[in-house]
Amino acid sequence: MEEVDVEPAITNIPAASAGTHLGFAWGPGDILVYETLYKASGAIGSGCPCIHEVRKDEDIYSPILRKLFNESHHIFVGLQTIGEDLPSKNKKPQFVSISKNYRSVIRACMEELQQVAVSSKVADVATQYGNQVSILLAIELIWNLCEVLFIDAAPAGSLLLHLLDWVRLHKADVDEKAREVLQSESPAEHHDYWNVVVSYVLQGRLEEARQMLVKQATLQPAARSMYKLMDTLLSKMPFYNPGGTQTLTEFDVKWRHWHEEVDRCLQDNSFASNKHLEVICKILVGDEDTLLEHKDLLSTWYHFLVTRLLFCHPTVKPTELHYYAQSCLTMFLDSRSVPEPLDSILLAAFEFDIHQVIKDCSIALNNWWFVAHLTDLLDHCKLLQSHNLHFGSNLREFLLLEYASGLFTHHSLWQLAVDYFDHCPEFGRVYLELQIERVPLDTERKALKVLRICEQRQMSEQVRSICKIMAMRALRNNRLGSALSWSIRAKDAAFATLISEKFLQDYCARGTFSDLDLIDNLGPAMLLSDRLTFLGKYREFHKLYGEKRSGEAAKLLLSLMTAKIAPRSFWMTLLTDALPLLEQKEVIFSADQTHELMFCLEELTSLNTTAPGADGPMQDEDTELTKVELLRLALARNLARAIVKEGTVEA
Amino acid sequence: MFVARSIAADHKDLIHDVSYDFHGRRMATCSSDQSVKVWDKSENGEWHCTASWKTHSGSVWRVTWAHPEFGQVLASCSFDRTAAVWEEIVGESNDKQRGLSHWIKRTTLVDSRTSVTDVKFAPKHMGLMLTTCSADGVVRIYEAPDVMNLSQWSLQHEISCKLSCSCISWNPSSSRAHPPMFAVGSDDSNVTYGGKVQIYEYNENTRKYAKAETLMTVTDAVHDIAFAPNLGRSFHVLAIATKDVRIFKLVPMRKESTSTGPTKFEVQIVAQFDNHNSQVWRVSWNITSTLLASSGDDGCVRLWKANYMDNWKCTGILKGDGSPLSGSSGQPTAMSTVVGSSVHTSQNALNGMSAGRVGKRAPFAPPVRQLTSSKIYQHSAYY
Repeated sequence: MEEVDVEPAITNIPAASAGTHLGFAWGPGDILVYETLYKASGAIGSGCPCIHEVRKDEDIYSPILRKLFNESHHIFVGLQTIGEDLPSKNKKPQFVSISKNYRSVIRACMEELQQVAVSSKVADVATQYGNQVSILLAIELIWNLCEVLFIDAAPAGSLLLHLLDWVRLHKADVDEKAREVLQSESPAEHHDYWNVVVSYVLQGRLEEARQMLVKQATLQPAARSMYKLMDTLLSKMPFYNPGGTQTLTEFDVKWRHWHEEVDRCLQDNSFASNKHLEVICKILVGDEDTLLEHKDLLSTWYHFLVTRLLFCHPTVKPTELHYYAQSCLTMFLDSRSVPEPLDSILLAAFEFDIHQVIKDCSIALNNWWFVAHLTDLLDHCKLLQSHNLHFGSNLREFLLLEYASGLFTHHSLWQLAVDYFDHCPEFGRVYLELQIERVPLDTERKALKVLRICEQRQMSEQVRSICKIMAMRALRNNRLGSALSWSIRAKDAAFATLISEKFLQDYCARGTFSDLDLIDNLGPAMLLSDRLTFLGKYREFHKLYGEKRSGEAAKLLLSLMTAKIAPRSFWMTLLTDALPLLEQKEVIFSADQTHELMFCLEELTSLNTTAPGADGPMQDEDTELTKVELLRLALARNLARAIVKEGTVEA
Repeated sequence: MFVARSIAADHKDLIHDVSYDFHGRRMATCSSDQSVKVWDKSENGEWHCTASWKTHSGSVWRVTWAHPEFGQVLASCSFDRTAAVWEEIVGESNDKQRGLSHWIKRTTLVDSRTSVTDVKFAPKHMGLMLTTCSADGVVRIYEAPDVMNLSQWSLQHEISCKLSCSCISWNPSSSRAHPPMFAVGSDDSNVTYGGKVQIYEYNENTRKYAKAETLMTVTDAVHDIAFAPNLGRSFHVLAIATKDVRIFKLVPMRKESTSTGPTKFEVQIVAQFDNHNSQVWRVSWNITSTLLASSGDDGCVRLWKANYMDNWKCTGILKGDGSPLSGSSGQPTAMSTVVGSSVHTSQNALNGMSAGRVGKRAPFAPPVRQLTSSKIYQHSAYY
């Protein structure tokens, strides 16, 4: 394929044009550009340190086009799930219907845009919407032709009927004009009357042409036979019926007879006295000069092409199309030197050069939406040869990746892009990984949304990273509960330890726990880190104690120390917690348990004396000493009571 | 493409670097005025300066964000021979209401004896690591062992590159198949000194970085260097800003299992462009590395894109129009949208495409006109 050379697009930045450099920084959907100087020398005083935000696109922010993206997304996803097992022949009607769905979405958008454009009082806005309409119009025109030629792939006979529908759909102004004429007081004398009749004939809408002609005939009783003759010619023109029993050859013979009959009428000057009827007769016989005299009514070379085929070659084969297309283009555009991009795209379609169509559309339309969806559909129809990319990806994937990446820059449309990436087998996943981790996690809700998408796709690294970011953010804002639950989700043991530590510090300082709900319901998540386990167990102790289940509370408290779950630095707090249990009327700690508590206390105090000043500042020392004394006393008393009690029970 | 808005940065001297944070909601700017500013994007897309402070005692060359997993952390490097690490602390509530934030210096890295020319955080899977390079030709790699205490950084590696260093780039690949790797460029203009881009790779056994490759074909001064996101490929892509824009492919060669030396690479040049006419100063990839941007002596930013055959070409140019805006200075947190309307570009116009080309209007067709902007995607859909 030939490389079409397109000049790069130039965007002007309100900055100095000479002698300075433009620095830049990539953002998710834009580039920041600023004036700077990179040469070490000659830093001349700068004019204005302005930073310019250069955006890549604006249309994804259009509320109307948003519908196009949303609805085409549904169609796209539906297309991907069409059963692979069906033989491709049976799938054709489905593909055609999907193609029509895409087109009706385009049409709906176009109509809405047109309404806004017309009703808008701001000239700029009207122009902008008007531009969008004309682009969608072109897109729909191209898509429709591709549908006829590639997807439906109509054979000779049906092909012309489809092309007629195509032209009629895109040259619908006839109907508007006809309505105008018919609503006037005297339609037959309306200045557009003949234009409407001829337009109908040019589009092969002969029934409607006849109905119009009746109005004229009644006004001219003298020419009645002439009108009658024309009416007969028009009514007799054969059209191929693909569903009927008639073969193409039979139709061809019939058509030739009719054609000869029209030609005869022309030869014997049957319509010589009425120039309008003579023109219609010439059109029916396919006279090129007459057709070209009506360029204004045809308005485009492809209308000319279809009309010419209708009256000269109604059984045209798909393979012959390009020849007629080329000649029609040349004949129609003779006054103009260069065909426009749209002309080349349509011509390439008539030449069945699918790749050229896609390529030219990419360049001319700057529109990934169109090429991505059309190429995807054509690929499903198995119409694209494997045009392998350098990295092994194909054209379909290349275009879908581009389109989806564009969607990802939008604050809500990115969710649609996920499905597109999912259906790109080569690079879809990597792209999704790269893009999704950049989605701003503005709120917990959004973070959970992003997280769910990653979890569904087993993107463990992205899941971990998102949770870590959220945990870090919560911690920085001193929301410990949130930080803890995010780090549990991230399975980040080190961070969970750090946050548990903060919880315990908070408890020591304030004597209460925050986020009880979370800590009470840790469950197996508690095992993520030792410190978290301790936090959970310690809270459990408080709960038991609160519920007056003193025996269980005492046992748990002791085990926290003996099983080395509690950090040494926390033992004093635990022992202090034991005080009220020791002071109760009822004996709670058994003699053995009391011994163990005493052992813990001694271990702790001996450690503290060997490393003096390691714990806390000096002024605390007095209170610490008092605490130890109090504990010793309580433990001794409890031990005595326990021994007595245990002795009593045994006896 | 179009200029959506212009922001009066209010720096008192040249801006040297602008850096987006990971999510694109914040940016940092640094300048010859020795300060760094942090900007936050509001809901409606406007930028507000939330912090501005003096960071160094010389021009600040570069500013960069750590991954948000490590909190809100910035690093800057300067002509004053230092690099510094800054952390945002959650301030008093009245500060928040006034839209201000506090950044405090966590550390100053003073090991360099010359201007520190670039500073980059290593990929996050390596932990919180910071790399600097300086004009004395040394690359230094620092590590913060405790991410909750950013005042402690230990100098882990000091790698002498022999040539004055201008830029570094880490290979972002987190694949186990790829050991940590970075590229360093030198702006030494003496072509007889040989290759100006060196690739270093971490060796698990020696726990040191060793030179894996020198790009011998790049003999002119190198100003910037950028690894592309890896995309799960076996090879690496490296963009270089020198007297032209170059894109290289580094294909690791099969290693013998007994070999403990660094990976050897097959170096292939993918593209080379001299459109900037002279020196190229910056190169940088977008998120998925589908676009490369470069800035050069022609005063333009050029955008490069590969089509589906991996042919690279220029698809866009950002160019000063010679009418610098006079900045509205004076406001301490100045954020004035100077240009609100779009500056349209006429690119690849599908001229006068409408159904009613010759004559009257079709129901949908607007009057014949040049289609300039308003493509569904502004960016040239080149493939």
